[in-house]
Amino acid sequence: MKRSALRPLLGKTLAALSGTMISGVVWADYQFNLREPQSALARDVYDLHTLINLVCLGIFIVVFGAMFYSIWKHRKSAGHKAEHFHENTTVEIIWTIIPFFILIGMAYPATKQVLAMKDTSNPDMTVKVTGYQWKWEYDYLKDDVKFMSTLSTPRAQIQNKEAKGEHYLLEVDEPMVVPVNKKVRVLLTAGDVIHAWWVPELAVKQDAIPGFIRDAWFKSETTGTFRGQCTELCGKDHAFMPIVVKVVTQEEYDAWLAAKKQGAAMAAADNSKTFGKEELMAKGEAVYNANCAACHQANGAGIPGAFPGITGSAIATGPIDAHIDIVLNGKPGTAMAAFGNQLSEADIAAVVTYQRNGLGNSVGDVAQPVQVAGMKGGAEAAAPAGN
Amino acid sequence: MAHDATHAHDDHGHAQPSGIMRWLTTTNHKDIGSLYMWFAGIMFLIAGTMALVIRAELFQPGLQVVDPEFFNQMTTLHGLIMVFGVIMPAWAGFANWQIPLMIGAPDMAFPRMNNWGFWLLPVAGFLLVLTLFMPGGGPAGGWTMYPPLFIQGGISYDLTIFAVHILGASSIMGSINIITTILNMRAPGMTMMKMPLFVWTWLITAYLLIATVPVLAGAVTMLLTDRNFDTHFFNAAGGGDPVMFQHIFWFFGHPEVYILILPAFGVVSQIIPTFARKPLFGYASMVYATASIAILSFIVWAHHMFTVGMPATAQLFFMYSTMLIAVPTGVKVFNWVATMWKGSMTFETPMLFAIAFVCLFTIGGFSGLVCAMTPVDIQIHDTYYVVAHFHYVLVSGALFAIIAGVYYWLPKWTGHMYDERLGKLHFWLSVISMNITFFPMHFLGLAGMPRRYADYALQFAEFNAIASVGAFLFGFSQLIFLYLIIKAIKGGQKATDQVWEGAEGLEWTVPSPAPYHTFETAPVVK
Amino acid sequence: MASQTGGYYLPAPSHWPIVGSVALTLMALGATFMINGVGGGWMLWAGLAVLAFMLFGWFGTVIRESESGKHNRQVDLSFRWAMSWFIFSEVMFFAAFFGALFYMRVLSVPWLGEADTMEQLWSGYTATWPTAGPGLTADGYQFTPMGAWGIPAINTLLLLTSGATVTWAHWGLKKNNRSQLVWGLFLTVALGLAFMGLQVYEYIHAYNDLGLTLGAGAYGATFFMLTGFHGFHVTVGTLMLIVILGRSIKGHFTAEHHFGFEGVAWYWHFVDVVWLGLFIFVYWLI
Ligand code: HEA
Ligand code: HEA
Ligand code: HEC
Ligand code: CUA
Ligand SMILES: [Cu+2]
Repeated sequence: MKRSALRPLLGKTLAALSGTMISGVVWADYQFNLREPQSALARDVYDLHTLINLVCLGIFIVVFGAMFYSIWKHRKSAGHKAEHFHENTTVEIIWTIIPFFILIGMAYPATKQVLAMKDTSNPDMTVKVTGYQWKWEYDYLKDDVKFMSTLSTPRAQIQNKEAKGEHYLLEVDEPMVVPVNKKVRVLLTAGDVIHAWWVPELAVKQDAIPGFIRDAWFKSETTGTFRGQCTELCGKDHAFMPIVVKVVTQEEYDAWLAAKKQGAAMAAADNSKTFGKEELMAKGEAVYNANCAACHQANGAGIPGAFPGITGSAIATGPIDAHIDIVLNGKPGTAMAAFGNQLSEADIAAVVTYQRNGLGNSVGDVAQPVQVAGMKGGAEAAAPAGN
Repeated sequence: MAHDATHAHDDHGHAQPSGIMRWLTTTNHKDIGSLYMWFAGIMFLIAGTMALVIRAELFQPGLQVVDPEFFNQMTTLHGLIMVFGVIMPAWAGFANWQIPLMIGAPDMAFPRMNNWGFWLLPVAGFLLVLTLFMPGGGPAGGWTMYPPLFIQGGISYDLTIFAVHILGASSIMGSINIITTILNMRAPGMTMMKMPLFVWTWLITAYLLIATVPVLAGAVTMLLTDRNFDTHFFNAAGGGDPVMFQHIFWFFGHPEVYILILPAFGVVSQIIPTFARKPLFGYASMVYATASIAILSFIVWAHHMFTVGMPATAQLFFMYSTMLIAVPTGVKVFNWVATMWKGSMTFETPMLFAIAFVCLFTIGGFSGLVCAMTPVDIQIHDTYYVVAHFHYVLVSGALFAIIAGVYYWLPKWTGHMYDERLGKLHFWLSVISMNITFFPMHFLGLAGMPRRYADYALQFAEFNAIASVGAFLFGFSQLIFLYLIIKAIKGGQKATDQVWEGAEGLEWTVPSPAPYHTFETAPVVK
Repeated sequence: MASQTGGYYLPAPSHWPIVGSVALTLMALGATFMINGVGGGWMLWAGLAVLAFMLFGWFGTVIRESESGKHNRQVDLSFRWAMSWFIFSEVMFFAAFFGALFYMRVLSVPWLGEADTMEQLWSGYTATWPTAGPGLTADGYQFTPMGAWGIPAINTLLLLTSGATVTWAHWGLKKNNRSQLVWGLFLTVALGLAFMGLQVYEYIHAYNDLGLTLGAGAYGATFFMLTGFHGFHVTVGTLMLIVILGRSIKGHFTAEHHFGFEGVAWYWHFVDVVWLGLFIFVYWLI
């Protein structure tokens, strides 16, 4: 396909078409078409879309040109008398066959692209991506680097209490980082419900299905930050779990990876430490706001009928083992997920402590990482399914 | 053709009930048809209001009007009610009123079951609206009800499942009745290939219903047991698969969208010849095309699932089969244009809506074709591009055809002409605002705005604002329609038997309004 | 006003449908409340009672109309079309569950045992059929599948025989041999009841001795849903057979006019055919 020739042409056509609809506004600010592709595959898709649009536009003009001509010419008020033909086998055969061949012409490039998209063989690296309500986990399989990526837009912006930033809803605390010009294979799965991982510029979208692994690949030709969003309805905060992929040079990537590994080692050390209550409460509040507040609310009141409050909750003020257990293993059949494989033991200890001694509760006891680790043994096997 | 007194009546001692009991117990196809139409109208108001809540929230980025959970409930119920509570009942209403009139039958084959088929709908509608008042609010998993999300929810999700069961029972009774009526109750001489096209399209629609609605019932039954009785159909831990639900759902769901549109094809095929004063072009090919669409519709379902990670061969198969549907649909579009060609056209409101249908439905069909191309769909799946696609085929498709049909037959139903000036106003407002609402959604989808989002990034702000303005305009324009219908029922210029100069067919041989009982002695069709 | 015009019987306004709608409202609400543990049991039972009342009343009316000769040939033909397409819709209902069975056996279970999936999520799972699935298996869930050659084989024989007896009864009806009609139906009902009894026994055995429950993963779910819905249809079919047995004893049906009988017989044969599918794919080929 002569891609560079087709693209601006379509953009102009679309702009002109809609121009009649919304006249008087400034064009430059409006995005009418797919986003600027950043990989060979994305470019192919872009051109395929352009091709189909032009074909459809052509058919539209011919068919409705005829119709409106007829409406104008063959109206009664212009004195036109009706003829009485109502069949013509030749014509009918022709207009059955021509569309058929047009479709074959469209199917040919599409077939090639489907096969290319599905070819995930020989990747340069593999990242396992797990969707959770409502965040993404990136696991760099060969490198032992694993982290959560959550929306970093402050809630105040969403509630219109603060001005919205440039990347409103499209920014995360920890982006996925990959090197440029490398074939990256992503293994998709989910921990609770179905999510979908989408980066428009790289033309990759794949549903993350709990209990199954599905794969997809991309290879960015340029460095830059590409932003996508979850595209499968996954509950309340479906709109608030964006995907940010930072494509960097190989050197930058190596440096990033090394730093990440160091960070991971420190976090692992945390799991065998014993913390003071203050430390646990501070850490717990952060973990709570990032992971739990979406449902149980920042003040612990919950949403009656949907999500129980933590304040005064029987579990959060009862025996600590049951409390740790529900956080570790979740509650099957409800939105309460098993956090055992999302949060570190230190994080869980902290959040449990915070729930028991903050948010209006004052049980007094604290949880320590080792205690959580002790309870984790049995949880491992049952955890990943979600329910 | 007044009441034929020479025939024996046996009364069983029943008097004709009056007041509310007349409507609760009626076995008359015209009464039941009217009930269906009013039910559809009321549900349209409810589901439309939900759409306006959606559009109000999406007017600007940020959360202003509702919280995301309630937003999802609005989306879900809007979709469910529009599909099952508006379009399907409206078509059933047309079927009840028109099929006996068009084939020269005294009534439907099973008048009592006909009554039940209708009176199940208010039950289901009640249950669906009731969900909003349950603890936790209404279902928020989308009208497609995908697990595991649908398994997480609370009590209202079970209520929704039962409502779907009841809707299904209603559809099955309705379609069995329609099939039997068409096959067994035609007037002498009314051969299959002489039946009006609306009757043909409904016959084929009824087969689609009978073949797919029970599958939907099976799918939601499995959801119910997964939710409450410990089965693992859609849970990998037990060897099931969430995607299996999608396969079963769309095996129903895709034919379902043709259930919504085939009667529309039928109505438009009645209206265009009337106002072009020229017989329908290619009658036989219209029948074959409808049948082909119906048959193909059973083997395309997974085009809704191009991103679930099917093997390449499956993706290709479903892409090719989906694309094929453009061929018979094209035949229909070309036939309509050829019917207008060299006719002698006038442009009363039904014709205006029919022309808008042909044109705008084709736009929706083209965007469907764009969706059918797997690589492109992977970009636009679950974005507003899809929302734009299906509102073009549903609003300017199914809904416009319903509106066109109401204008077309309203004089026959009420005995009065509607107000043509208001009709034209309603048309222009609807057509313009419909495009303002839904055309920008194509751009939103291409640029990357996912659907079922309560809040969105800043670059989508302008088109969303435009769409919201259009939606309110469209919604309020429908009040004109409501007013005009009530006005025509109350009075107005008397309609003649034939009503429209170019109208042909049995229904135009009976008086306007059509008497309570028609064709008690079958007419003979030459 | 009921009228018999142009030969087609058009019934008078009827309150039975609205009674049926009330029944379904009660049932849907009652069932929802019950499974969510907020009461509602009485509502479900009340709904069922109203439904039974409605069915008696409605069918009673239809039977009276039939016996007083209001159903001419055209009405009879309508009933035939309707029953055929109703049975077709039932076939599609079962197709959904058979589809689920095949999908899991042929696709999803093997996928769960594929290299990537197994390595990342379900280590150590071997995908075979029958299975309780990787998660439950890892949790130590075990069950014994139901063998085909015990009760299921006997049940197959019972149902096949009942298909023959109902046909024999039909022959009797057609040559006006009333005692053959009654005896044929009686035997059919008895075989149906025997089938149901054995099925209940099999379920108890499965739950108590085999660890085979609704919760036994893919196999348990498909096993109980398929056989359970079939069993439900056998129950309905048996009730219908009992009704026409009673009517036969009362002297209903004539050699020429007996759609009520034939409708039930068709339904019974349909239930029979579904069972053969079940026997082959649920019990035998595992
Ligand atoms: C009335 C309802 C209706 C109708 C008629 C259609 C018609 C079609 N639909 Fe649509 N569709 C929906 C309702 C409908 N759809 C709904 C509700 C959804 C979303 C569901 C959800 O997820 O919630 C959906 C979603 C949907 C998808 C999934 C998108 C996604 O989720 O990613 C796809 C993909 O293939 C698709 C394709 C098509 C096609 C190819 C047709 C074809 O039938 C169109 C054929 C018509 C034409 C092509 C135009 C006329 C033809 C010519 C003039 C001839 C010449 C033309 C050529 C040779 C090109 N539809
Ligand atoms: C036939 C079906 C149909 C119809 C007619 C409509 C009509 C409309 N739809 Fe909808 N829509 C769907 C079917 C339909 N829709 C489906 C299936 C979905 C997917 C759901 C899902 O994702 O799960 C959807 C989703 C959907 C979304 C996406 C939501 C999301 O992703 O979160 C949006 C957003 O703008 C929207 C908007 C609208 C609007 C503004 C209208 C307007 O056209 C409505 C205007 C109408 C009114 C305001 C009512 C006016 C009525 C009267 C005044 C009464 C008249 C009375 C008599 C005549 C008696 N719809
Ligand atoms: C997706 C929504 C969601 C998120 C996020 C969530 N929970 Fe929950 N949580 C629930 C639901 C729903 C329940 C109720 C389960 C039930 O029905 O018993 C629950 C119950 C609980 C309970 C028991 C309360 C009681 O009295 O029953 C505790 C404790 C709890 N969650 C802690 C947490 C912690 C800690 C986090 C974060 C690390 C968290 N939750 C994140 C939805 C959520
Ligand atoms: Cu995750 Cu939507
Ligand atoms: Cu489809």
